[in-house]
Amino acid sequence: MPRFLLASLAATLGWAAPAVAQPAKGTGFADKPTPDQLAFFEKKIRPVLVESCYKCHSAEAEKLKGELSLDTREGVRKGGATGPSIVPGNPDKSPLIKGIRHKDADTAMPPKGKLPDAVIADFEAWVKMGAPDPRDGKAVATAPKYVVDVEKGRSFWAFVPPKAAPVPQVANPKFAVHNEIDSFLLAGLNKKGIKPVGDADKRTLIRRVTLDLTGLPPTSDEVEAFVADSSTKAFEKVVDRLLASPRFGERWGRHWLDLARYAESTGKTANFNYPHAWRYRDYVIAAFNSDKPYDQFIREQLAGDLMRSDDPKVRAERLVATGFLAIGPKALNENNGLQFELDVVDEQIDVTTQAFLGITAACARCHDHKFDPIPTRDYYALAGIFRSTETCYGTVRFVQSQRPSPLLQLPAESAPSAVARKLSAEERATIEKEIADLKKRIAESTDRIATIFPAAQLALAQSKLDSYAADGTPKLQAMGVRDKPARAGGFGAGGFGPRGGFGGRGAGSRTIDDSPVYTRGEPDQPTAEKVPRGTLQVMSKSPLKVKSVSGRLELAEWIASRDNPLTARVMVNRVWMHLFGRGIVPTADNFGAAGQPPTNPELLDHLAIGFMDGGWSVKKLVKRVVMSHAYQLDSKFDKAAFEADPDNALVWRMSPRRLDAESLRDSMLAVSGQLDATPPVGSVVARAGEGPTGRARLGGDQVATAINDPRNPHRSVYLPIVRDNLPEALALFDAPDPSLIAADRPTTTVPSQGLFLLNNPFVLRSADAAAEKLLKGTTTDTERIRAAYLNFYGRPPGEKELATAEKFLHGFQAKLARDRVPAARQERETWAAFCQALFASAEFQYRR
Amino acid sequence: MFTRRHLLQSTSSGFGYLAFAALAQEQAARAAADAAPNPLSPKKPHFPAKAKRVIFLCMEGAPSHVDTFDYKPKLTADDGKAAPARRGVFGGGKLMGSPFKFEKRGESGLWISDLFPELAKHADKLCLLNGMHTDLPNHPQAFLQMHCGIFQFPRPSLGAWALYGLGTENANLPGFVTIGPPQNNGGPANYGASFLPAMFQGTKISRSGFGAASSPQVSNLKNPKLTPAAQREQLDFVQSLNQNALDAGGENPEIEGLISSYELAFRMQGELPKLLDTSTETAATLKLYGIEGGRGGGGMGGGFGPRGGGAGGFGQQCLLARRLVEAGVRFVELAMPGWDHHRNLKDALTNSCTAIDKPIAGLLEDLKRKDMLKDTLVIWGGEFGRTPSGQGDGRDHNARGYTIWMAGGGTKGGFTHGRTDDYGFEAVDGKVHVHDWHATVLHLLGLDHEKLTYRHAGREMRLTDTKGNVVKEIVA
Repeated sequence: MPRFLLASLAATLGWAAPAVAQPAKGTGFADKPTPDQLAFFEKKIRPVLVESCYKCHSAEAEKLKGELSLDTREGVRKGGATGPSIVPGNPDKSPLIKGIRHKDADTAMPPKGKLPDAVIADFEAWVKMGAPDPRDGKAVATAPKYVVDVEKGRSFWAFVPPKAAPVPQVANPKFAVHNEIDSFLLAGLNKKGIKPVGDADKRTLIRRVTLDLTGLPPTSDEVEAFVADSSTKAFEKVVDRLLASPRFGERWGRHWLDLARYAESTGKTANFNYPHAWRYRDYVIAAFNSDKPYDQFIREQLAGDLMRSDDPKVRAERLVATGFLAIGPKALNENNGLQFELDVVDEQIDVTTQAFLGITAACARCHDHKFDPIPTRDYYALAGIFRSTETCYGTVRFVQSQRPSPLLQLPAESAPSAVARKLSAEERATIEKEIADLKKRIAESTDRIATIFPAAQLALAQSKLDSYAADGTPKLQAMGVRDKPARAGGFGAGGFGPRGGFGGRGAGSRTIDDSPVYTRGEPDQPTAEKVPRGTLQVMSKSPLKVKSVSGRLELAEWIASRDNPLTARVMVNRVWMHLFGRGIVPTADNFGAAGQPPTNPELLDHLAIGFMDGGWSVKKLVKRVVMSHAYQLDSKFDKAAFEADPDNALVWRMSPRRLDAESLRDSMLAVSGQLDATPPVGSVVARAGEGPTGRARLGGDQVATAINDPRNPHRSVYLPIVRDNLPEALALFDAPDPSLIAADRPTTTVPSQGLFLLNNPFVLRSADAAAEKLLKGTTTDTERIRAAYLNFYGRPPGEKELATAEKFLHGFQAKLARDRVPAARQERETWAAFCQALFASAEFQYRR
Repeated sequence: MFTRRHLLQSTSSGFGYLAFAALAQEQAARAAADAAPNPLSPKKPHFPAKAKRVIFLCMEGAPSHVDTFDYKPKLTADDGKAAPARRGVFGGGKLMGSPFKFEKRGESGLWISDLFPELAKHADKLCLLNGMHTDLPNHPQAFLQMHCGIFQFPRPSLGAWALYGLGTENANLPGFVTIGPPQNNGGPANYGASFLPAMFQGTKISRSGFGAASSPQVSNLKNPKLTPAAQREQLDFVQSLNQNALDAGGENPEIEGLISSYELAFRMQGELPKLLDTSTETAATLKLYGIEGGRGGGGMGGGFGPRGGGAGGFGQQCLLARRLVEAGVRFVELAMPGWDHHRNLKDALTNSCTAIDKPIAGLLEDLKRKDMLKDTLVIWGGEFGRTPSGQGDGRDHNARGYTIWMAGGGTKGGFTHGRTDDYGFEAVDGKVHVHDWHATVLHLLGLDHEKLTYRHAGREMRLTDTKGNVVKEIVA
């Protein structure tokens, strides 16, 4: 069973000392010890304390454990975090004695090994005497216990609702103000005396905005059309075209999937497929493409199942949206059903508070939040909501997997199944025979261990059969959530919620109910009192009043509300970060006290209010930002400005940055002419079905091969995302671990990326395709180099660059000849090497 | 109060300063003293290190301690009697004395069973931790815990922490290499960097090449079309493009970083294949590791489980491990599968031990000869131990007591620390939890496990989470 905190002697026993009548009056302690008692202490007790306890429980301890010091009389009597260590006269009730008896692994002291029985007997005798102790002196001062002050917390900037500030009246003859964003930024720059650099040229600008909005580079035709368009609306036309492109949702949906820790398997200890996760991926992409209002997007993901609609298509879409809560990592081999439920709920609280609110409430599972005004009680108020919710994620009962759940059934009008083909009668017969054979084998076996694997195969075959309707059409299923019944028995037969596995213990809740607090997060330590379901006190005016519903819809309304001080700010900050490379709040993942304050709070609030006034439209917000003058600045270095503001926090230029993993791979597909822009239906994981990931003998090899298939022509957002087995093209270039909720990606530059670009089959294949395209379309070397530069970089080569390229081409072809490459292949391979070199170049990998 | 991205930008030096800046203050000072722009360059430890490098021989599946390194005469005496009931220990059933004979070995008189005739000759180099314990008797969790400290959340692996703390000695090679890691039981998470920058993750060498004629493989290490000379010409062209970009854009440390990382990549693909090719070793050395007549030295282990055995060439892997650490790799892990002996313990465990006995003995001998054992920490162990009670003719999982041994790297040789009860159910004395073991390994490397931290999700994370005590008793 996981333990989340120090299992220290003092911290584990939450008790109050009962008054036990014993030796001395008053305290019960031997306040006037006899010489014999003192001798006993010196001989039998002190040496042991010094030898075995002082390391952690004295002034000499590097770090005082459990707030307990045993090097003074006062320390012993005062005790530790949860009270006195000794009940004078009563060894059985004394935590110190209980600890050294080593009866309970959690409280055993010293932790490294039990003291000899004789020593323990000495201590028992000592406590019976009233713990005579001559050691004067003060106990080590311990920091006062941290107490969350919610009322005080409300005044922290992030918990105060956004306020509209007057737009600063600023002027700079060299910097035209396009919209209010520029006014706010210029005010900040002026204060520091920093001058913005000049404007980006048109080629740089269209490459920048096309990559930022769609994750793909502009075609050379698009570049030339923009360069030729001298109208004042030229840039706006480009922006509108990009916002309307389906590629926009694929790019911005992927940003959201980072936060939603999207993946198609459970990850953790035993990794099992989520064959239906792709529906949520497609839902997110479609939401950004249709510019679904962000507040609606929030409601649907948290409570889509509870929102009413007469349109079955809308109902299906909203059910799929709740996949947000179901696709998290899960430890399917957790034996304890209650532990499993609390872990799933914890993950749901974590993703909800981080993705929508930019704070980490999950810290409060075991203790009050260390930085933010979030008491443990608030955590369990949220936990009650999610514990009243059934999470439907599928999976199959198997070796190391004993927590399967039902799935949601979708109305027939919803999106197509990933398994397009019907199950034929013969196929059904084959599976049914397999099932019958396995059942027979299991029934005839006398060896329990020998039945484990056949039983797993049986579960797999059964699950395959169950994924088709009686007439052979694939069932339409989705991951997601629904409310538990309001009271026991509200649902029919069919196993509700995760069922316990063999050897399992502890059970999750079966009905809608409030949750107790679990002390230090431990499932066997519930408080007697339950916490009413609710939201975070620091941001709410009144508690939720829910009884017969889980409270998810109410929670969603609270988050997706104009009154919530964080929701809009957090989202506009994310959008800003994706466009400028750095958030106005630089710690996009933490708006709490442990994060950093906004560099331009007025601008943040201005954008947040504008976002809400604009109907929570993400596209309008993106457009407002990219239409600002600031977005269109050059990225060039400026010494004076750099010295004043090295982080570019005030935006005196556009920060250059490397393409993210998806954009890099997609760009290679695009310029080489391989990209198939049609979104694929479903996912290879969906076609593999339920079961452990990547097991060749169970058909998982199909997925394993697909993960790094160099021939896959689809955009990277559609690559299979199996936890702990990301495609190399993503993992090497800093795509986040999909078990983590990622607000921001780091940018690392490591040799394994270089090896990928120099040697990987996908890169070689793309370079070859690009060469083929060049050789077909043009005739002279100069023309080809020119076409390549336009295509890869969006600009023509300079004279010097032309000469360098030609020199390389000639030298390389001669080299191939010397290496005895057949003459017929030399030209193609030379051009492939040239195209690969362009892929590997900084200019291709960076967006300026 | 900084995020990685913030630091990345505030230092304006790109990845080069990423890890430095994220270190706690003391470490930052330490790193700054080195004045090295590359976070993978060697760094000074927190205090003088006993061990400079680690070879971790990871026995996946959990080897039985009571049949190998934890001598239990009372278990033999009480063979067939009902096992005492114990909380949290599987089995019940009947006690099963070890079918293997134990003897005192070496001058130190360590008790080691007949399963390791070759290794037993090196008893005076071994430091047995007989009081190991872990949280759960379940492979995936325990395997992850052994590597990452906890299994509840994704965390960096021990090797990644070591590399983060110390950097690597050879800039032409990855600093953390893992040979033949299992795909299950957490898979790549066991050598992952998690929230640490990706450069600290383990580089995987697949097991498939061992024991066969071909060399083991590292992904993207070889261009299938071009000769190295042709590729060099191509890379020169790439670098000229990059230099142009650098000249045009003004100061840009990221492009500088890109240029140097290509050079490192190119050197790595030249150097690593040479190291992977063990055929240049002398016949005597090959024999030492049990590699003879084209056989890889040591076959597959037996064992029950969805995965079963299938390892080849453990001797070759051990030899490669030595070559890698000799060349300056900081942390090398080899995984040997197939120790999950629920059935047929006598034969299956014999097979498993035979496969590794000579190769490991050879490794210790070779390191000693090269005078590298003194500062190379060799670790042997699995994710937990097995029950003294029988499960048919095998043994079940036991997380409450088991053995890990270490050798070299500043550990006491011929030394036993801790013990289990008379049957071997539970560690009772000198108990060492996985957290304590991690703290000790870092300590031997000169790193303070409480100070080796990285800020993530709003707090300073460490390998030992909030726990861990260094087992000072075993430090020489």
